[in-house]
Amino acid sequence: MVSVPWHSRVRHYEAELRSCRAAVASVDFGDYHPLKPITVLDSRSRRGGRKGSTSSSSSSSSSVAPDPLSSLLEGTDPLSLFAAAAEAAEAPTLPHSASAMELGRRRREREEEVGLDFEPWAAKRGEILARFTTTEKLSINLFMGSDKSKASSPSSAVSEKVRTRLEELDDLEEGSQREMMNLSQQDYVNRIEDLNQSLKEAWSSDQKVKALKIVIQCSKLLSDTSVIQFYPSKFVLITDILDTFGQLVYDRIWSMCSDPHSLPDTFSAEDVNDTAKETCLNWFFKIASIRELIPRLYVEAAILKCNRFLNNSGIQETVPRLTAMVRGIGDPLVAVYARAYLCRVGMEVTPHLKDSLNKNFFDLLASFRQIHGDAVQNQLVLQRVEVPVYLTLYSPAIHWILQCVAYRASDVLLTEMMERCKKLGNNVCVCVCVCVCFFTHSALLLNSVMWAFRAEFVAARATDFISMIKDCDETGFPKHLLFGSLGRSLACADPPESERLPILNEAWKVITKVRNAQDYITCAEIWVEFTCRHFTKREVNTVLADIIKHMTPDRAFEDAYTELHSVMMKILTYFHNFSVLFSMEKFLPFLDMFQKDSVRVEVCKSIMEVFIKHQQESTRDPVILNALLHVCKTMHDSVNALTVEDEKRSVSLLINGFIRMVSFGRDFEQQLSFCVEARATFCNLEPVIIQLIHTVNQLAIETRRVMGGSHSRKTAAFVRACAAYCFITIPSISNIFSRLHLYLLSGKVALANQCLSQADAFMKAAVSVLPEVPRTIVVEGKQRSSESFLLEFISSFLSTLLVVPDHPEQGVLYLVRGLLNMVQDYTWEDSSDAKVRVYISALPLLAAMSQESYLYTILNVDSNETLYGGDPKFVAEISRLCETLIGQVLDHLKTLGREEGVHRQGSLAFSLFSCLLAHADLRNNKLNQLAVNLWNLSHKNGQCDTRISVRTLEHIKSQAQHSELSHLSDMLLRLSLQSRA
Amino acid sequence: MSAVLDLKLKRANKVYHEGEVLAGVVVITGKEAIQHQGISLTMEGFVNLQLSSKSVGVFEAFYNSVKPIQLINSNIEVAKPGKVPGGKTEIPFEFPLQVKGNKVLYETYHGVFVNIQYTLRCDMRRPLLAKDLSKTCEFMLHCQPQKSKVQPSPVDFIITPETLQNVRERSVLPKFLIRGHLDATNCVITQPLTGELVVESSEVAIKSIELQLVRVETCGCAEGYARDATEIQNIQIAEGDVSHGLPIPIYMVFPRLFTCATLETTNFKVEFEVNVVIVFHDDHLITENFPLKLCRV
Repeated sequence: MVSVPWHSRVRHYEAELRSCRAAVASVDFGDYHPLKPITVLDSRSRRGGRKGSTSSSSSSSSSVAPDPLSSLLEGTDPLSLFAAAAEAAEAPTLPHSASAMELGRRRREREEEVGLDFEPWAAKRGEILARFTTTEKLSINLFMGSDKSKASSPSSAVSEKVRTRLEELDDLEEGSQREMMNLSQQDYVNRIEDLNQSLKEAWSSDQKVKALKIVIQCSKLLSDTSVIQFYPSKFVLITDILDTFGQLVYDRIWSMCSDPHSLPDTFSAEDVNDTAKETCLNWFFKIASIRELIPRLYVEAAILKCNRFLNNSGIQETVPRLTAMVRGIGDPLVAVYARAYLCRVGMEVTPHLKDSLNKNFFDLLASFRQIHGDAVQNQLVLQRVEVPVYLTLYSPAIHWILQCVAYRASDVLLTEMMERCKKLGNNVCVCVCVCVCFFTHSALLLNSVMWAFRAEFVAARATDFISMIKDCDETGFPKHLLFGSLGRSLACADPPESERLPILNEAWKVITKVRNAQDYITCAEIWVEFTCRHFTKREVNTVLADIIKHMTPDRAFEDAYTELHSVMMKILTYFHNFSVLFSMEKFLPFLDMFQKDSVRVEVCKSIMEVFIKHQQESTRDPVILNALLHVCKTMHDSVNALTVEDEKRSVSLLINGFIRMVSFGRDFEQQLSFCVEARATFCNLEPVIIQLIHTVNQLAIETRRVMGGSHSRKTAAFVRACAAYCFITIPSISNIFSRLHLYLLSGKVALANQCLSQADAFMKAAVSVLPEVPRTIVVEGKQRSSESFLLEFISSFLSTLLVVPDHPEQGVLYLVRGLLNMVQDYTWEDSSDAKVRVYISALPLLAAMSQESYLYTILNVDSNETLYGGDPKFVAEISRLCETLIGQVLDHLKTLGREEGVHRQGSLAFSLFSCLLAHADLRNNKLNQLAVNLWNLSHKNGQCDTRISVRTLEHIKSQAQHSELSHLSDMLLRLSLQSRA
Repeated sequence: MSAVLDLKLKRANKVYHEGEVLAGVVVITGKEAIQHQGISLTMEGFVNLQLSSKSVGVFEAFYNSVKPIQLINSNIEVAKPGKVPGGKTEIPFEFPLQVKGNKVLYETYHGVFVNIQYTLRCDMRRPLLAKDLSKTCEFMLHCQPQKSKVQPSPVDFIITPETLQNVRERSVLPKFLIRGHLDATNCVITQPLTGELVVESSEVAIKSIELQLVRVETCGCAEGYARDATEIQNIQIAEGDVSHGLPIPIYMVFPRLFTCATLETTNFKVEFEVNVVIVFHDDHLITENFPLKLCRV
């Protein structure tokens, strides 16, 4: 073992610091600023801008100099002028359009006419299909070709009888006369899909007549109202086929027109050639001769768009006619769906044609008495469907019609509609016998009105609505649904201030009478929002009390967790002040209704999220603390062995957020006892424990700040208590690095608070934990070597040790020694220099310790500098320690030289050299020689980064200029740069 | 089958009037050159009358059918015997639609006992071993628009049990009141038949309301004349028990070919009527008949 006696370099920290500071350079804040806009004054760039498109210089010009391009054209460029002109030309024409390749464009244009705020049919479609289902057996009746007059065959020189016979033969060939009975709903859907498919096939194989037959037969199915519950879904399925058909016809005629060049999107009838017109006309003649009303109506509506090929006013004339035609449909359900289809097609083709939409609606009102006609009633009895169920079948169609009518409608119109609805209601009062029926219609209607109308409109007339709803009869459409709708509207728009309380009173009077718990809660849930929005905790509390009263019997809440949760969410959205929230008497009882664990935890989480998001300042309110502690405990208790990591994390995060918001101000002891309580409560969540330790440490530091650094007896005892809290809490943490860092941190805090023995204990504990550090740890789910973490920690630990005074009963530097012993005994990875690196990093510490005054000290704590006062024995002890360390390092370097570790040897040698350069007194010959040797060793194998070497040399050169370091210039001569041989 | 003969008229809708020129092209397509012995075009117009077995008896109907009345006939040779080169050859042609003497070109009409039809036929005679090719296409003739203005002459109607004729027991009838009007009984053939109908009241549920378009064809012959009414089409305007008091639109498009302007000649007559048919739920049927006069403007 080579022994080199150690001599620390004497440091003058302050002087060094002064010389290191950068010279203050005054910045001239003159004209130039990088963010100032560039002003282009050069006239040449302007010319460049005019000439070419690549005038990047002009593009950055600021508003100071007008953009040369735009100034040239006086603000209007020809392209945008053209575009504007084109738009203007397009504006009055219909939205139109057609072939498949134009789809994207068409969609965009339609959006221009019908804004995005219009809920498209596609959105309703799925909802209807999911809602109206049946378990009854269905049948499809397809009598292809039994309809004589459907296709007017031109070869009719033969007599009618013969023709019919021939057609029948045709049909037999097609095998299309069939009746399918006993289909389940799924079969039925599949059949319809088959028909859709065969429609497309027939079309593509040029069998246009067959395609038309399929469509006619399908739409005929819509006149069949057996299995009435399924009717809305049937409507959806069949109108899909009709849509397909309409598109096929349109596309075909479109393609006929686009023979030389395709039609412009905004074509008019004059642009269409004769052949296309003739074909189109043919379709209309064929359809006009369809015998039955319903197929004729639907098929004509399906190809409504094709009217554009014939003449420019065709659509505007056809839609009102079809609207009137619907009056011929006797069954009110069939009629209302036919209207819905008409509105749908109309909305798509001519959204601005409002009149016929309105007419549809008013016709609808007029036809409502049909519902109570014998025909319908008999049918309901036959199918065993109750009136309320039957009435809900109307809702999708009425919703849709109203949506179309109310879309961007004026208030005047809406008011008129209201009046018309009301009038129906008033009639009722006159005539008692018709009373029942009329009440139910208007009930049905009101429900839809509220869905589709803009919420503001409804809100402004809320009192009217309430009185109307109250007048309605209970037998038809349940009132709670009506109130539900009203509540939904009121949640979006505010009724006038003065009416709010009466509205709530009236509404709740009805709601509270709803017997069925499920019905009750759906309705109550909606009204909670209104209540929260406009009223204080008193009203909300009443509402909660009512909910509790309704939901508790028979444990009804068990089936209504989603609604209850939503009630909770609504309250939380509007009440951010938690002291108000928890002062509601019924809030906690309401919370207690969530008895299923998973739901309960979810609710607690929502509460905590809102708390963390909205609580601005920390609180000490005992009500909040108690309640939230309870909430957090619920979350904590849900954690068990099976809980996934993410769940634990999110729960911990929420609890931490809560703990951070708790502050008792100057009452530190209270805060500490809160932490003690919290520790007991949240013992299973490590992140929470860590947070608590941090909180307590912060508390100790806060105390120190308040006391201005010197504790009284009482505060000293308190900070010791804090330290004790930390000391006993840390061992319960399983993550070893968290534990190490917390020990270190708590040690520092204890030291800062002059709790020397506590600090000592923390440090010792940290050292004693060190051997337990495993060689690999799991970081983000991957196995990683713990070495780098350990090195990092040790470095940090070493820097702390500078200020830790030695224990009077232990030997000199016993903590450093202890640490180094641990490092020596630790089982490092085989091929690792970590141990040696620790040794090298301990050298600066030892060098710093041997200074007369230390680099940093802690107020009111005497470090070793004062304790030993630079005693030569102490310095000698340090030197001996350094000697040993250097010896160890050199030994290691030797072993490396023997093995394949030249590179590692080089870099280690260089770091030791750097260390010596910075911290050793190189006037000493031996050290000087050692440094030169290390330099040479590091450069021996060409493993050194030349740039670093050069910079090191430069550094030495500059250091040598200081008088006390002049010896370095001699050494510099002996350090040679390795030539790049 | 390499050669294909086709006729293409200039007008897509194939509708012509007297005095106009029927123009078009003969299209011959073939892979190779086609040898032929002449291509000719024949234009013909006939009125075919058939007696119904109902009015004159089966045998008379079979044997005694009236000879077709020729309205127009002309023939031209398009190409002399020779060869048509391979590929697509188009030979244009023109026929003036002029009649000789005092004959009139009636409107195209496809009926049961009266048929008025105009055809254009192209024949290509070919040497031995090759089939002659022939192609026929029908074209429509519309009569000259009526000069004088049409008086629409609307008609209002009320149907109650009391207004019915041909009722055996009036007392059995349920009570009903149906009111309505037709906008015109003198109709323009290109315009739909329109009107309104209101079921004011009805004791029995209504099953369906239909519009039945009927043709009345009269053929004169040696033994007198035969008059037959047959249905052209039946359009449902109401299905099910419609709501009372709500006007239901009457709307029917006159089908092409099967209708023509009302025609009255020395030999035959073609007239039209519309029936408003109300079917009650017990399948009782009530029909109200309105004669129509169709014309072209």
